[in-house]
Amino acid sequence: MDSYLELTATQARAALQNKEISATELTNAYLTAATATEALNNYVCMTADKALEMAAASDKRIADGTAGPLEGLPVGVKDLFCTKGVATTACSAILKGFVPEYESSVTSQLWSDGAVMLGKLNCDEFAMGSANETSVFGAAVNPWSAQGGADLAAGGSSGGSASAVAAGSALLATGTDTGGSIRQPAAFCGVVGMKPTYGRCSRWGIVAFASSLDQAGPFTRDVADSALMFASMAGHDAKDSTSADASLPDLQAALHASVKGMKIGIPAEYVMDSMDEAITKLWQQGQDWLVEAGAELVPISLPHTRYALPAYYIIAPAEASSNLARYDGVRYGARIEAGHSLDDMYEATRAAGFGDEVQRRIMIGTYALSAGYYDAYYLKAQQVRRLIKDDFDKAFEGVDAILTPATPTAAFPLGVKQDDPITMYLNDVFTVPANLAGIPGISVPAGFSDSGLPLGLQVLSGAFREDTLYTVAACLEKQAGFSGQPPRHAAMMN
Amino acid sequence: MSNLVSGQTGDWEVVIGMEVHAQVTSQAKLFSGSSTTFGAGPNENVSLVDAAMPGMLPVINEACVRQAVKTGLGLKADINLYSVFDRKNYFYADLPQGYQISQFKHPIVGEGVLTIELADGSAHDIGIERIHLEQDAGKSLHDQHPSKSYIDLNRSGVALMEIVSRPDLRSAEQAGAYIKKLRSILRYLGTCDGNMEEGSLRADVNVSVRRPGEELGTRTETKNLNSVRFIMQAIDYEVERQIEVIEAGGTIDQETRLFDTSTGATRQMRSKEDAHDYRYFPDPDLLPLQLTAAFVDEIKAELPELPDDIKTRMVSEYGLSSYDASVLTEERETASFYEEASKGRDRKLVANWMTSELFGALNKAGKTLANSPVSPDALGALVDLISDGTISGRIAKDVFAEMFETGRPAADIIEEKGLKQVSDSGAIEGLIEQVMAENQDKVDEYRSGKDKLFGFFVGQTMKLSGGQANPAMVNQLLKEKLK
Repeated sequence: MDSYLELTATQARAALQNKEISATELTNAYLTAATATEALNNYVCMTADKALEMAAASDKRIADGTAGPLEGLPVGVKDLFCTKGVATTACSAILKGFVPEYESSVTSQLWSDGAVMLGKLNCDEFAMGSANETSVFGAAVNPWSAQGGADLAAGGSSGGSASAVAAGSALLATGTDTGGSIRQPAAFCGVVGMKPTYGRCSRWGIVAFASSLDQAGPFTRDVADSALMFASMAGHDAKDSTSADASLPDLQAALHASVKGMKIGIPAEYVMDSMDEAITKLWQQGQDWLVEAGAELVPISLPHTRYALPAYYIIAPAEASSNLARYDGVRYGARIEAGHSLDDMYEATRAAGFGDEVQRRIMIGTYALSAGYYDAYYLKAQQVRRLIKDDFDKAFEGVDAILTPATPTAAFPLGVKQDDPITMYLNDVFTVPANLAGIPGISVPAGFSDSGLPLGLQVLSGAFREDTLYTVAACLEKQAGFSGQPPRHAAMMN
Repeated sequence: MSNLVSGQTGDWEVVIGMEVHAQVTSQAKLFSGSSTTFGAGPNENVSLVDAAMPGMLPVINEACVRQAVKTGLGLKADINLYSVFDRKNYFYADLPQGYQISQFKHPIVGEGVLTIELADGSAHDIGIERIHLEQDAGKSLHDQHPSKSYIDLNRSGVALMEIVSRPDLRSAEQAGAYIKKLRSILRYLGTCDGNMEEGSLRADVNVSVRRPGEELGTRTETKNLNSVRFIMQAIDYEVERQIEVIEAGGTIDQETRLFDTSTGATRQMRSKEDAHDYRYFPDPDLLPLQLTAAFVDEIKAELPELPDDIKTRMVSEYGLSSYDASVLTEERETASFYEEASKGRDRKLVANWMTSELFGALNKAGKTLANSPVSPDALGALVDLISDGTISGRIAKDVFAEMFETGRPAADIIEEKGLKQVSDSGAIEGLIEQVMAENQDKVDEYRSGKDKLFGFFVGQTMKLSGGQANPAMVNQLLKEKLK
């Protein structure tokens, strides 16, 4: 049964269509793998009964010849997506016991395309974090952690998603990316993570962190799977006013297109002193691969890059401080009865329900929006955001795509950065600008650190040009020939 | 007319501005598909969006946008083609999102004007500063349980227009006229039902006083007044209170006050220090609202005739007095009742009958035009019977009373009771001869020069006819017979 787990989604789809395996067999294999790798803590809730029910329905549709594009493919869902009848907590104590009566638009589309739901995946509380350490369920563990060594961070916030896909306990997984929450964990765990153009995937039914930045996207084993899953997740949704009514480019053609003649921008501002040498090397290697494949490198400048992180850490908390006001203990989730007044109840509930990082960001955001500070912080940050978008707009006048490292370091051990939020925030330095500009980005595993941990390269393209993104990503994937089994995964499965 | 108020130490000028919250007439809420029907059971009209469930998003209801634009056009205001929805953040149990979606920096409607007319006939232009769209909150019920508060979210998310006036009002009377006129225009437009008892129209009143010609004084804001009377009472109370405080050497604090409907007094709700910091910022779930000029023009083309225009027409075309025209245009229903009743008839006569007899009877019976027993057609038919001489105006009053009582048509009543006016000269001559025969002495006195007795003969003849004789003919024939 293990061999089924080796298949990519594209391969599994073919095997299902050819009746080499059944959806039920495939689902069972993943459920077993998920149980075997429980120690990685990447699932917060397994929905085995639902999975087998859905798999049986898939088998029937395959037999009937009415199979959807993702028919029978097992998917893990980040716990930020509301799933009908299945507890949805955003990995926060404050949503303890909350079971939505509705299904998010993105997951609805996955299920209507035939995908099978395995369960809910671990993430940082309300998607706030870069190591999955702020989850009320504890951190998801990176399967690349050395046997007997320290547990490594799977990254965050979609740490459970990256860990599960890397560990082979989910074939596909959903994630959300507000400042790098798909691309950074994907890089840490050696899988492909894609953040679409803002507006491509509906935000309806996804627990909001920062509305103007949040975007759902796929975690997959390879680039082709990413395109397959993205096509199912994307689409205009009248229930989300920020959803884009734009048709998808031909992604299958893009996967097979050549980068020959493409201009690839290399931004000067992404060279950082604190960057691992292995990452600098990998970035250079990536440039060489693209040149070998016929692309042309163009040095570019994104002059406002250094202001991206500060602007992000104003805008995202500001929006979050307001988005999280609804968790007040009045209508659903946890309530702590305390004192005699409504304010007493709010304070007790929110103090107990939100973890430190969430409270920190609510306070930062509240401060940034306060009378007398608004102009100096929020308004200024929005102006910076505009300049960053202008930087990219200008750059894409001369280049088709931009190549950067995905993260400044490889996965770090859990616990080491917990006391220093700023160092933790620096993890997002390469990924945040794409969220501020609303452009798509993909992290492709392309090499290893000195200690054998996976490293990712990031490709950015213009808004709504996911085709270009996939063409360049597919080229890097092919040239890199990234392979390798996470050591922890191998040990557990044996 | 001076609006100054005399205090112990001299005259004071009153400055009033109003913020009126008008519930938009619409099927669905501002950002969700929930119904807005009044009177539903608690929490029956609540969607996932209204209850602020995780991951729920607002989607603007175009019908509400149309209504706001229509209201703006009705108040001769600028329509802003670009407007932005902001979040006004505060915590309260009946505010599920923890913020109200409103418009702060970029409202949908800009400056406009509303003309009020006072009892003394003077007219005043009151500036409209802006109108913005926003969500209503839910309702907290504190009297249902000894230790708990109940929350009803039916109103949560219902669309409101906040109509903000310039501080152009100078008296409680003007403020009363303003809210009445505004209510009337909203009802003509069909953008708000104006029902103050149900809370569809509520006002916050900003009041300050100053010495004539001096800088504006510090204002207080009295919240949530839901009747014209309360608005005027609250202003009168505040004016008196503020003058007393200042004249006693004190100062007015900028504060929010509540009006106590049982005592007619206002009291402090929260001071400036306790004022919320609402942390307004553009709602990232909603794109800026961009309207096209064509969209606005389309709404402009659908605008109904408004009271000021109808009034002008009634005066110039129908020859009504300015006063009658004002009375008949105050409510849309009154104007259309009148237009229907008077169409193709003596416009002035119908106006007289409506403003005197019909309104008097309705008032006395505690009824409104909407449930008037006399329909526009029935009133018109009655006026026709007066115009063509079938009945006299005197008889018509009795017929009208009967119509109001029974709801029957005038013609039936006249027929049944034989009230038709007698215009047959032979019959009238017969009556006159009988009167003369019975009052030979008076005939002699008249003929010897006592002209004043003519009225006596008219009266007697009319009396003998049971009021049905045509008075003009009685006059004419009497003159001939008494010669």
